[in-house]
Amino acid sequence: MSISTSENLVEADVIAKVLAKGRATGAEFSEIYIEDKRSTSAGLDDGKVEQVTSGRDRGAGIRVVAGETTGFAHTSDLSERGLLAAAEAAAAAARQGDGGVHKIALQPLLRHPVNTVRIAPNDVPKASKVALLERANNAARSIDGAIVQVSAAYGDSYRRILVANSDGVFSADDQVRTLFRVSVVATGDAGMQTGYDSLGHTIGFEVFDENDVEEMAIRAAKQAIVKLQARPAPSGSLPVVIKQGSGGVLFHEACGHGLEADLVGKGASVYRGKMGELVASPLVTLIDDGTMSGEWGAIGIDDEGHPSQRNVLIENGILTDYMWDFLRARKENRRQSGNGRRQSYADLPMVRMTNTFVTNGTEEPDDIVRATEHGVYVAKLGGGSVDTASGDFVFGMVEAYLIENGEITEPLRESNLIGNGPQVLKDIDLLGNDFAMGNPGMCGKDGQGVPVGDGQPTLRVKAMTIGGTAA
Amino acid sequence: MSNGSGNSSSNSVPDLQAIVDRVVAKAGKGEQIEAYVSRGGETAVRVYEGEVEHFVSAQSEGIGIRVIKDGRTGFAYAGTLDADAIAEVLADARDNVAFGTPDEYAGLAEPDGVAQIPQKFWDDELAGYATADKISLTKELEKLTLGMDSRVRVEESNYDDGWGEVAVATTTGIRESGRGNSCYVSVSTLADDGDETQTGFSFSVGDSPKEFNLPKAAREAADRATRLLGAVKPPSKRTTVVLDPYVTSQFLGVLSSTLNGENVSKGRSFFADKLGETVADPRITLVDDPTNPLAYTATDIDGEGLAARRNVLIENGVLKMFVQSSYSARRTGTKSTGNATRGGFAGTPGVGCLAMQLQPGTQSQEELIKGVDDGVWIQMVQGLHSGVNPISGDFSTGASGMMIRNGAVAEPVREFTIASTLQRMLLDIVAIGGDIDWLPSRAVGLTLVIRDVTMSGQ
Repeated sequence: MSISTSENLVEADVIAKVLAKGRATGAEFSEIYIEDKRSTSAGLDDGKVEQVTSGRDRGAGIRVVAGETTGFAHTSDLSERGLLAAAEAAAAAARQGDGGVHKIALQPLLRHPVNTVRIAPNDVPKASKVALLERANNAARSIDGAIVQVSAAYGDSYRRILVANSDGVFSADDQVRTLFRVSVVATGDAGMQTGYDSLGHTIGFEVFDENDVEEMAIRAAKQAIVKLQARPAPSGSLPVVIKQGSGGVLFHEACGHGLEADLVGKGASVYRGKMGELVASPLVTLIDDGTMSGEWGAIGIDDEGHPSQRNVLIENGILTDYMWDFLRARKENRRQSGNGRRQSYADLPMVRMTNTFVTNGTEEPDDIVRATEHGVYVAKLGGGSVDTASGDFVFGMVEAYLIENGEITEPLRESNLIGNGPQVLKDIDLLGNDFAMGNPGMCGKDGQGVPVGDGQPTLRVKAMTIGGTAA
Repeated sequence: MSNGSGNSSSNSVPDLQAIVDRVVAKAGKGEQIEAYVSRGGETAVRVYEGEVEHFVSAQSEGIGIRVIKDGRTGFAYAGTLDADAIAEVLADARDNVAFGTPDEYAGLAEPDGVAQIPQKFWDDELAGYATADKISLTKELEKLTLGMDSRVRVEESNYDDGWGEVAVATTTGIRESGRGNSCYVSVSTLADDGDETQTGFSFSVGDSPKEFNLPKAAREAADRATRLLGAVKPPSKRTTVVLDPYVTSQFLGVLSSTLNGENVSKGRSFFADKLGETVADPRITLVDDPTNPLAYTATDIDGEGLAARRNVLIENGVLKMFVQSSYSARRTGTKSTGNATRGGFAGTPGVGCLAMQLQPGTQSQEELIKGVDDGVWIQMVQGLHSGVNPISGDFSTGASGMMIRNGAVAEPVREFTIASTLQRMLLDIVAIGGDIDWLPSRAVGLTLVIRDVTMSGQ
């Protein structure tokens, strides 16, 4: 790979001075997070490549912790003077009195690469990136005259981060992400419908050797065409079968957020105080794994410099752990779990998921459908959201079908599904053997978005409320 | 910043204007250039259990440059105003031009002679507000909220303020700069009853902190959470919904994309062929009016530097017009309506409503609820991004609130959905409240009553 990893973004002696400055007002902890991100994106709409965009985001965030108070400042000025000024501002925000003089001893630089990039996107001509958009556009439009609009987007980013703190942590990571999305509008007698597909990995341009953008575009187009014939989704409670790799968002919302230690610590999670208890069907083993090479949520280190790791959160239905960042782990006097993440240098880290998934069960996926007399088959889920305190969550179904007498039949129009996390986890009564990861996600929390992955085998929830309009 | 684009002469920002002027002066033959810079700062205070949980003090700046040549557009940005970086951004934007498809409608806005309506966007009192006061205000909000009800906990109490300065210049003669500042407080609550926990929130907005109404925010945040304790899942049925002002604001926000001239011209709006037709109940008049200083997102210029203006989109139920940027206007053979949007220096202009307002009715929320025999008062919706499709019009969201029986508020309900289509909901509006709430959002809040919505529960 041609990405240079040798040079540091800022010299170690400057970092040590900045960390010492951060503790000058009595804080027990200071941290510097330095980011240098280059990105390229290109969009096509209405048959035209609208524009190619080049972006550069570079700066440092400085965090100072004194007791229960965190002070934070950031700057786009990476000179020694700029960094010291930011450290002073962060220290003033967390002032506890005079902290005296500190000497910071950094450990040797830690790298913990989990992803392998073969073709750095920076080395790929922009024309090759734009060509992907045109191929997707042509493929989607070729399958049916009912396709009236196509938009496609390509994006890549190369993000170098360096994290150091007054405890001596000194870590670096180079994070490459490559993304492609296509959305399609089809029109018919009953109005317009939409189709969508996306792909995102923490690898380079080689992702397009293994994934054909034309196939993605055709899938999106077919989804829109099928939905033209869709009838209103049912209204009320029914069994729901969710296809492999399309419903990880269910777990992201039903329990992922509720297992984040910051929310648990404030008593804002329905899973607080449930450690060691049965919180899900014994079929369910839920894992958050930042080391899954190439997956969208894979990171070498988290944004606090801690190496990513694989964390078992629920094992055979029993709650075994929450996810942790530095502050929450410090408070509970335990190890952090590699889940301290932030959107950019301008943001404070907090507890976030990485790749969250449910492991395989034993059922054949076809048998799960056959075992369902009357229900809904969800082939693709959209986004979702959750109220972690009550556990109520929703997610959208963007491609769904009726199941009648054990067979998948008519397509349904879009709607939300609603459920209560703990209840839905207990109601999972069939789990397939066909595990797959899903589409790349962008998880929002407290105004910050971070890339996350999810996955699951085909599964059945024995009852969920479907928010359609049909009686 | 929401209202940081003011440009009256007293508000101009000469050093930023000079930066964009210098970039534009570098335009070569046959080359159109737009430079947009912004600089801003924020303070964020969060209080938890009487202590400052975090205090964020930050500044940022950046530039975005758009280059158009032979109908092709290239763009680049950087989060710095360093001179070398600006030169690199211009070079990148020029390099990117080669990869765009020629588009006869590509181009920049041109001055259109529409006068700006001056407003006040900068508050000196806010700019000089002391850090210690920000912290004590945030602590006060937490304390007030806790005092409302013994079942209430506070998850977080927040104070946020920000200031911003922008400047834009183009080779077509646009030259604008301005600055603004704003602040708000917000509080998130938890209410417990045994094993059950419900959540609430509220906020208060002002030009300066003296305009905050902390007791009202505390009361609302406590009520929202406690009201839902003991909530049950309702049966499924067709019913009338009474949308709380905050929910109406979100509903209007979803409609925004259907009124966007670019979406219309690209076949992404179900309103495309409906101009002049009745698309909503005759009681409905919907305007987009960023010139109203009461609107949180009020502005005097749009994202391309043209004067912001009042546009009547739906009048007495009839669809009158779509909102346009200069690009979407060229595509559709119309004129810009001053509705270019911009997410900051890292993006190019889009099209959108800037400050949506429904013409209010006269009744209070209590009066409207009294007029409903059988319905549900929707206090919160969940999943607007996942269950609402503004292209097909399908509408389905999670919800919580209170049942209404014979005009009286009855038991709390949760874990249900409400569903219809956007097209039908507009026609099924049966009453509009007079209770305007200028929320921190692109759409004003007021109570809205809509019949024949499907509620899905048990």
